[in-house]
Amino acid sequence: MRTAFFDTLLQLAEEDDRINLVVGDLGFGAVEPFARRFPDQFLNAGVAEQNMTGIAAGMALSGKIVFTYSIANFPTLRCLEQVRNDVCYHEANVKIVAVGGGFAYGALGMTHHATEDLAIMRVLPGMIVVAPGDPIEVERATRAIASQPGPCYLRLGRAGEPIVHPRDLVFKLGRAIRVREGNDVTLVVTGGLLATAVGASDRLRATGVTVRVVSMHTTKPLDDVEIVAAAQETRGIVTLEEHSVIGGLGSAVAEILAESPKGKVPFKRLGLPSAFATEVGSQDYLRNAYRLSEEAVMDSIERLLRAT
Amino acid sequence: MTHRARSAHVGTSLSMAELLAVLYTCVLRLDPRRPAWHERDRLILSKGHGCAGLYAVLAEVGFLPLSWLERFYQDGSRLAGHVTHKGVPGVEASTGALGHGLSLACGMALAARRDRQNHRVFVVLSDGECDEGATWEAALFAPHHQLDNLVAIIDYNKMQSLGSVAEVLELEPLAAKWKAFRWAVREVDGHNVGELMQILTSLPFVPGRPSCVVAHTVKGKGISFMERQLLWHYRSPDAAELDRALRELDSPG
Repeated sequence: MRTAFFDTLLQLAEEDDRINLVVGDLGFGAVEPFARRFPDQFLNAGVAEQNMTGIAAGMALSGKIVFTYSIANFPTLRCLEQVRNDVCYHEANVKIVAVGGGFAYGALGMTHHATEDLAIMRVLPGMIVVAPGDPIEVERATRAIASQPGPCYLRLGRAGEPIVHPRDLVFKLGRAIRVREGNDVTLVVTGGLLATAVGASDRLRATGVTVRVVSMHTTKPLDDVEIVAAAQETRGIVTLEEHSVIGGLGSAVAEILAESPKGKVPFKRLGLPSAFATEVGSQDYLRNAYRLSEEAVMDSIERLLRAT
Repeated sequence: MTHRARSAHVGTSLSMAELLAVLYTCVLRLDPRRPAWHERDRLILSKGHGCAGLYAVLAEVGFLPLSWLERFYQDGSRLAGHVTHKGVPGVEASTGALGHGLSLACGMALAARRDRQNHRVFVVLSDGECDEGATWEAALFAPHHQLDNLVAIIDYNKMQSLGSVAEVLELEPLAAKWKAFRWAVREVDGHNVGELMQILTSLPFVPGRPSCVVAHTVKGKGISFMERQLLWHYRSPDAAELDRALRELDSPG
């Protein structure tokens, strides 16, 4: 995902000299091509995320389109008040990019687990929140947020995520993408677990269970039409995210269902408990440990169906 | 304004009254008829609690109607109790949480340089917000990037919320700190209009370096019973106090 992001950003900067990249002294091996090619559109603000974000807002208020970039929670939580006051209140054209969503940096420990970011960014007024599911979505989402005025949060995985979508994918912010059709259960997923969701759907199909897979790359604004359609057309809804079950995709979907007269449907949130990980490990290891693997997702779907 | 509104922070507005007056009448390149004029100088009041002073100056120089001041801090008013830009012409940036303004100003100064524009960016800081770490992140940044189109002015009235700066969190040697961060620093009597004019019309102090003005001021300046009194960080004047204050301000000398 990181490669797809930087490749796209390079193209965008080529097309539009208002594009600026501001990093918090992170991105070794990734930011250098941009820094070399566009030295006047690149800035390393140092290990100072509050200042990085304030500077980005100041530049945006002067007409720039500014991407801030760092790892995990550093461009969001470390400078949350700058994001809220300087970026959101001013409707500044700042795009906050975090690499390492969820457990992408699993072995690095709690500080590097970005597991509450969607909730915290989602609650901020004016913030658009996007967690692409594969490198194709990353490319489309990067282009989309660059041309979308105002604050956006782009949550990336890291490297090596499989390609799920066709190259000619149609992508629109706030519009979910139906990746698999199905009428038994709808599996709504955001971020890097998209391939897991598709894998679970494909394997269940072989057993006669059809699982609709919806890539909800944008958790704010949420595609409520797609959620209500799922509630009407399938027998249950399961949400899947590498994030706390509080405040992220699962909560957002639950809010829509609870307020919709058509929202009465068996529902299950799959994600992380509101607790810090007590052990470290690779992303795959931690996904397994928290029942976010393909097998665990299949099991949760089967349980939901048995209970209906 | 603060009497009618029963709002706090009158002392902090008074300590920078001469400073804002000099800036807005003699220093800043502005056009009140065109608040969004691209080549204007920018001023960010980072000490957003001093908003009453800023709104009053903006009204005096013509950015907003004087009548708006009567509704400061009132139900349904645009003029919030900390600086807000929403619907208020002439305000560059909203502040109120301390330690944000210098970073915003750095971003504006950097953007101006990247766009080869000549306008300058001024930011007025309180001494209290020099407690904030973010202020010093930005203080490191500006000299590194040689932002000589940036001017930071510290309203050094030496009082903060719960006590004097010396009691709460000593900043001394303050000018030396900014010098050590590689700013070009000048100290000035922040109530001496002539000195302020002289200093603020000789910018940048050193080409290639951001300028820092440490303005020694008195909180509550001009009102005998408010000067250097901690109470007046939060208290708003009642009718008798307002009357007395206005008489003191009107009297010569």
